[in-house]
Amino acid sequence: MTVEELSIEDVVIDLNEVDFSDIEDKYRVDADSGIEEYVVVDGAPIAPESKVPMLKKVLTKLFTNVKARLTSGEDVDAFHMPIENGKTTGYMFVQFATEKDAELAIKSLNGKKLDAKHRLFLNKLSDVEKYGAEGAVNDEAPTPKVPEFKETDYLKSWLQDESVRDQFMINFGESLVVNWQKHKNIEPAMERLDFNTGFSTFSPKGSYMLTLHPQGIQSWGGSQFENIRKFYHPEVRLLDFSPDEKYMVSLSPEPIKLPPADHPARASFPFGPEDEGHKLIIWELSTGIPVRSFALPPNLEQNKKIEWPLIKWSHDGQYFARKGPDALAVYESSSMALLEKKLIKIEGLQEFEFAPAGVKLAANKKDEVSSVIAYWTPETSNQTARVTLMELPSKKILRTSNLFQVSDCRFHWQDEGKYLCVKVDRHTKSKKTIFSNLEFFNLEEKEIPVEKIELKEAVINFAWEPKTDRFVTISRLDQGPINLAIPKNIINFYAPETDNKKGKKNATSAINLKKYKNFKSIENKHSTNLNWSPKGRFLAAAAIASSNSKIEFFDMDYDGNTVLASDEKLKNENVKASLKQIGDADHFGLTNLEWDPSGRYLAAWSSSWRHKIENGFKIYDFAGHPLVVEGIDNFKQFAWRPRPATLLTGGDRKKVRKMLREYSAQFDEQDAMEASEATKELILNRRRLLEEWSNYRASVERKLQQLNIKIDVSEEVEDIIIEEIKEEIIEEKTEIIE
Amino acid sequence: MRPILLKGHERSLTQVKFNKEGDLILSVGKDTVASIWYSFNGERLGTLKGHSGTIWTIDVSEDSKLAITGSADFSAKLWNVETGECLFTWSLETPVRRVEFNPYKDEILMAIDAVMGFNGRILVFKLNKDNLSEQSTEPILDIPTRKDFVKAMIVGYSYGGKYIVAGHQDGVISKYDAENGKFMASEKIHEKQITDIQFSEDRTYFITSSKDKTACLVDTDSFKVLKTYETDAPMNSATITPVKDFVVLGGGQEARDVTTTSAKQGKFEARFFHKVFQDEIGRVAGHFGPLNYVAMHPNGSGYASGGEDGFIRLHYFEKHYFDFKYDVELTANSSLA
Repeated sequence: MTVEELSIEDVVIDLNEVDFSDIEDKYRVDADSGIEEYVVVDGAPIAPESKVPMLKKVLTKLFTNVKARLTSGEDVDAFHMPIENGKTTGYMFVQFATEKDAELAIKSLNGKKLDAKHRLFLNKLSDVEKYGAEGAVNDEAPTPKVPEFKETDYLKSWLQDESVRDQFMINFGESLVVNWQKHKNIEPAMERLDFNTGFSTFSPKGSYMLTLHPQGIQSWGGSQFENIRKFYHPEVRLLDFSPDEKYMVSLSPEPIKLPPADHPARASFPFGPEDEGHKLIIWELSTGIPVRSFALPPNLEQNKKIEWPLIKWSHDGQYFARKGPDALAVYESSSMALLEKKLIKIEGLQEFEFAPAGVKLAANKKDEVSSVIAYWTPETSNQTARVTLMELPSKKILRTSNLFQVSDCRFHWQDEGKYLCVKVDRHTKSKKTIFSNLEFFNLEEKEIPVEKIELKEAVINFAWEPKTDRFVTISRLDQGPINLAIPKNIINFYAPETDNKKGKKNATSAINLKKYKNFKSIENKHSTNLNWSPKGRFLAAAAIASSNSKIEFFDMDYDGNTVLASDEKLKNENVKASLKQIGDADHFGLTNLEWDPSGRYLAAWSSSWRHKIENGFKIYDFAGHPLVVEGIDNFKQFAWRPRPATLLTGGDRKKVRKMLREYSAQFDEQDAMEASEATKELILNRRRLLEEWSNYRASVERKLQQLNIKIDVSEEVEDIIIEEIKEEIIEEKTEIIE
Repeated sequence: MRPILLKGHERSLTQVKFNKEGDLILSVGKDTVASIWYSFNGERLGTLKGHSGTIWTIDVSEDSKLAITGSADFSAKLWNVETGECLFTWSLETPVRRVEFNPYKDEILMAIDAVMGFNGRILVFKLNKDNLSEQSTEPILDIPTRKDFVKAMIVGYSYGGKYIVAGHQDGVISKYDAENGKFMASEKIHEKQITDIQFSEDRTYFITSSKDKTACLVDTDSFKVLKTYETDAPMNSATITPVKDFVVLGGGQEARDVTTTSAKQGKFEARFFHKVFQDEIGRVAGHFGPLNYVAMHPNGSGYASGGEDGFIRLHYFEKHYFDFKYDVELTANSSLA
């Protein structure tokens, strides 16, 4: 049979055998499409037919309130309510304008309580079809895969260092380095070169090191700084931690965006649909699980500069709070839910601050401590400005204090939570100049007495000395525009007045009101920053961002025989302090300062994030002697590794103090040995270098001889000094002497 | 150590040199006039006038009779030092970056810049000493920049006039046979531009300075880096001290950034390093712009630095400079003796 002979009639086709699946695929009608804007509403009240228009009206209002548009047009009824026996059935089909409106309605109204008996349930019609059918959803929950336990190195290993050294991290160029520090000796503990990280930090107790990357955060730990967890948070910018190191808070300008439902990335994606669009995330630091996320309040979305941290934690990490417009949201960390499921309404709430330690209120039983929160509200037409102290979780108001003509308030808690200083910036009636009041709340006394210091100047910085009741302020007279070139700042030192009438306790002393006394003021300073050593006693006052950056070191207890004449006066002033400036250091380009956890060393650095001048870091001892000076190009950041709280009891520490002389002799001996070792090594090294050099020179000279090249370097030329005396007649004058 | 301030240039200095005996200082700068000074008291002996652009470089012959200058006006000139008379002018297609007399032969070495489509080249001219005003304009050696190199701006002769050593703009040093111009070796020793090469007295090793803030001591034969000196500012010049085992580095923050910062952070200081131990042992401040060139007095009694600020500062060392020695140096000497 040839091709021409073949005609179509001859071919018999069995239609059953033809594969049409490709065509069927192409023209298949998707049953789901077209019903996306339908929502099944359940739980509505069952009403007689006559009341249907009323019900529709109520529901329409509900939907318009959340801005979900119903389908509209003439003769179009958005509601399809089946009616049985003259009554509605409680469920209905509602048609929205678009799929988006349907989603919006579900999101905002699903679970909405209409009244005591009725609660609305909204579901997409397509979802009902999809999941409602028998067998559409697997009845058996698949066991989630538990990732295999990976053992990490001991996270506190750095505390076991034999010579009890501290660690610090430096971040420069494309490198991240962690060093050991002992006095002048720096030894690397970890080096990551070509490591692209933004901001990096240690967790509050030092167990983890966290680095920021474009995709998220990584945590590192153990003696080798292994990678422990990754926290997926694209474009993350800011980090914060709960004080117990359990939680980490991160903020990114990028909202969380879920991959599509069927995308393979979805399975390993740490966030659920409830996190969509959120920017603020709380993580459990040890597991890397996001435990809660928040959207940024709309009033902050526009802000270019975000005040950070947005979430503040109570001293034990049990509660955390966020500030909202006219409300404070306090959450319980254990459940990540609102305390008593309610916001605390506070009209005009400006700022709040948790006490940094448990407060032993006078009403508390022995050793019982409370979480205390302080906040302030501004003046309104019929109310004064007010500072309030509240106990948590009882929400009991402990104390309020009324203030007038307030422009701003700052809270300064003493580190043990014993005292709170509220720095109140007040304005004169003309609102032209600012001056400050300091209000002191003594938390441990009955009724919480308040003492007030009224000043003529504006206080620009305030710092409690850790573990004491002394403090230092920097103030300046507010006289219009600031000329940075003229040093106008005043450093003021305060201490409570000691009772000079010993034994004569009068009746009022039942309320132990502390009288703070300004026992020393140093005027005409550029200083702007106050940094107390974490153990107290030593203070570094620094002038930053002025043409002559300088750090001054003060000792608050400079006792001893060498009290200078000028300080003599202080002794008579009934304060427990003997102040002396023990050092100062010019530090060009200074941008940041940080004391090491032991309070013996101060690190100061110039970060290229601020400017490109003299980038690098220096480590000073507490008296301002520079020990380490490193200029590093593109130096970004320095951070001491924090230490957890000491485990020694009060008794142990007393013992150490008693034995200090012996211990220090031992340490001195060790130091001397190390120093002599180092010198020895240096000398040996130099000797080696010198020998290498002379060998090299000898070989070169031999070679030159072989090549027969004469180098007449030592050809001495006799200096001939020719002195020329030139006479020049400047002026000739003839004077006739009579 | 009180410096003698040589004020005569109206613009930044580019090169400062002592003659062989050290009694004269020759200096050139961005103004078009070269100056010759008495090193004893800093008095100006005279000027060499003739160029119409920045003079990048100057050298003086072994007998101090002839000087040669290279300028951005696309020419090099031969001068009579005694009279200040211009004897001959070479016209070239690009600016002249470095000139040097061959200390062993009657030859002149030049490095010419790469601009306007021309490649940088290293040229060697014969010096006709019989009739100074008639020089050949045909180079006896013409070494074009190799394809894989960036232009060379600095050149010099090694010991015995054996090699020509060049410093390139990308931090590479290269070496050529001085007889036939054949390429012999290259090594990348700096991250950034090499700004200066100065030889030791016997020309067996040399020091390079670079914008990458370091200086390197390099052996001429092996091209190995013997020592590296690290600083915190871009370096423009480096020299090796006779008598003492030191090196002197000069530089400072880039001239174009200076206006935005103060003199203090510009690091406009001459830095003294121990040649062998690589420790910094001292600094001499005074310039208020970067140091563009440092030169040692041939007998090691002092040094001169030319700055972007237009001044030459001439220092003579005091006794303690010569007395200073590391303990190991003292013991090593005593054990040798």
